Amino acid sequence: MSAAGQDQSTLFRGDEGELRLKDAKSVRGTPAKAMPAFILGEELADLAETDPRIVVATADLANSSRTRDFANRHPDRFIDFGIAERNMITAAAGMASCGLVPYVATFASFAGILAAEAIKTDCAYPRMPVRIIAHHSGISMGFYGTSHHATEDLGMMRTIADLTVVCAADANQLRAILRASVDHPGAMYIRLGRGRDAEVYAQVPADFAFGKATTLREGKDLTIIATGSQVHAAITAADRLAETGASVRVIDMHTIKPLDESAVRAAARETKAILTVEEHNVVGGLGSAVAEVLVDEDRLPFRRHGIQDEFSLIGPPAALYAHYRLDADGVTAVARELLQIN
Amino acid sequence: MSEGEPADRRNLSEAYLIERAKFIRLETMRLTRIAGAGHYSSTFSAAELFAALYYGHLRLDPKNPKWEDRDRFVLSKGHAAIGLYPVLADLGFYPLSKLDDFTRLGSAFGDHPDMKKIPGIDFSSGSLGHGLSIALGMALAGRLTGRTYRSYCMLGDGELNEGQIWEAAMAAGHFKLQGLVGIVDRNQLSIDGPTEKVMSVEPLADRFTSFGWDVKRIDGHDLSAIMATLSALKPAGTGRPQMIIADTVKGRGVKYMELSLDWHVGNLVGDDYDDAWAEIEAGLQPFEKEDA
Repeated sequence: MSAAGQDQSTLFRGDEGELRLKDAKSVRGTPAKAMPAFILGEELADLAETDPRIVVATADLANSSRTRDFANRHPDRFIDFGIAERNMITAAAGMASCGLVPYVATFASFAGILAAEAIKTDCAYPRMPVRIIAHHSGISMGFYGTSHHATEDLGMMRTIADLTVVCAADANQLRAILRASVDHPGAMYIRLGRGRDAEVYAQVPADFAFGKATTLREGKDLTIIATGSQVHAAITAADRLAETGASVRVIDMHTIKPLDESAVRAAARETKAILTVEEHNVVGGLGSAVAEVLVDEDRLPFRRHGIQDEFSLIGPPAALYAHYRLDADGVTAVARELLQIN
Repeated sequence: MSEGEPADRRNLSEAYLIERAKFIRLETMRLTRIAGAGHYSSTFSAAELFAALYYGHLRLDPKNPKWEDRDRFVLSKGHAAIGLYPVLADLGFYPLSKLDDFTRLGSAFGDHPDMKKIPGIDFSSGSLGHGLSIALGMALAGRLTGRTYRSYCMLGDGELNEGQIWEAAMAAGHFKLQGLVGIVDRNQLSIDGPTEKVMSVEPLADRFTSFGWDVKRIDGHDLSAIMATLSALKPAGTGRPQMIIADTVKGRGVKYMELSLDWHVGNLVGDDYDDAWAEIEAGLQPFEKEDA
């Protein structure tokens, strides 16, 4: 599969439908609620109503992250640092040392990769409650290309001690993550997609807890462990496989660190194969984290699905998801290969 | 040093501060010998600055290290922490004996300061180029929470090569954070040579001025000049952030270390240790720059 033949007028195309270039101008006018994960600014503004410690910052991406919605309601507690991500994240650590709880948002490529050392040295090591919102992660920036793709950030963040690393699958889960994050000790890396994620959770999950994976489907032939944008693809794949008689467990491994090892071990003992799915390099991210747990378990068929250690192509996001088999069709196909069924 | 006492009203003699600067140099000698290696020359250049700030100026309460209204101090050139640890002990943040196992396995006190282990350290440092951003964040927080403290950041001159310093400098000017005070220990050398040969930082005053800062340039070994400059700082508020460029001599206090590239990290033993100790005890002699 390749991007060739795609309608080049497609700006974004996802499960929720198409958006064409001629409509691009209307994107900015679309209410935040119509763009699921972009509840970010609105939810933080709600939290800030009752919590004066919350401040929000961006690095010249107030619209892209919809932190603009926060700025409109709490202008005195919103800081735009300009295009200076390291300064933003380090200054957030300084603010946190004075009792504030800063949420700082920028593209994942410039948060988790460009500013990785600031996250390590200034946020995680002194255990500052800085929440780094890394939006537009993975390949979701599409034709912006490799500079704007972030398929390494989970691997880098996961090696930092005392850092909580979490991925939001949809808008409702993001709300749960943000609510749970306010008083969570230490620094946190919150990874978001491009804000167009299909709904996984019909309501804000009441039982959300960091480090406690969510089982979305029960099954015994295969467990798909997915995170972030791939959770929706995984449940869709599981439902399709169920139609052909395969019983598939789906785990939403929202927290990459600390990993819910017991959920992985249970899957290894109770199901016959494991497939990890992530919008990230298979090196260093969710697949690696799960593999590290499985090394102590009896062998079973296991496959890490994601970007296979290469710089991703450019193209419209939907074309990229299809090319890398990171959509429901692709995940279904990979699962079939692993299970050796047609 | 009681709560809220305006530092510039403290009745401290210059002679007392000179003694404290001497104490800082001697403790740096002692601690380096315990560790087996230490940053002599970067600390010697900052000895008068540490003495003036901590004994004569900063609003602190050693009995309450987390006091919310205290002035913040970020040692961005974290490798000079060996000169700061004895000061914090002397002020009562912890007993001086805590430094007897300096850098030993499990000690709270390493070459670079850890805020989670050491009372009185407002932020951990070590990776150069970060401190001004930290202090910027502290100043922003002070403004947001309506507090009147100032945020101080001591910078090395070599670390001004780091791009993030200028990100922070730009933001401080933009946000008009008068409560942010930078102090450059302009000791003229980085590890590989004179700053102006390795990577020039001049014209330094012009550079900060153009970023929106109010800049004063002083002799960083002249305690009366340092105290006068600190006393004249404007309070936290909206206005130009304040930068003090302190012209200093790397290695000041031990003749053969002054402007020498050999003593960024070192360890004196035997007679060399005793001789250097005696030289520091005798007090600063006029600095004579040798012709290259």
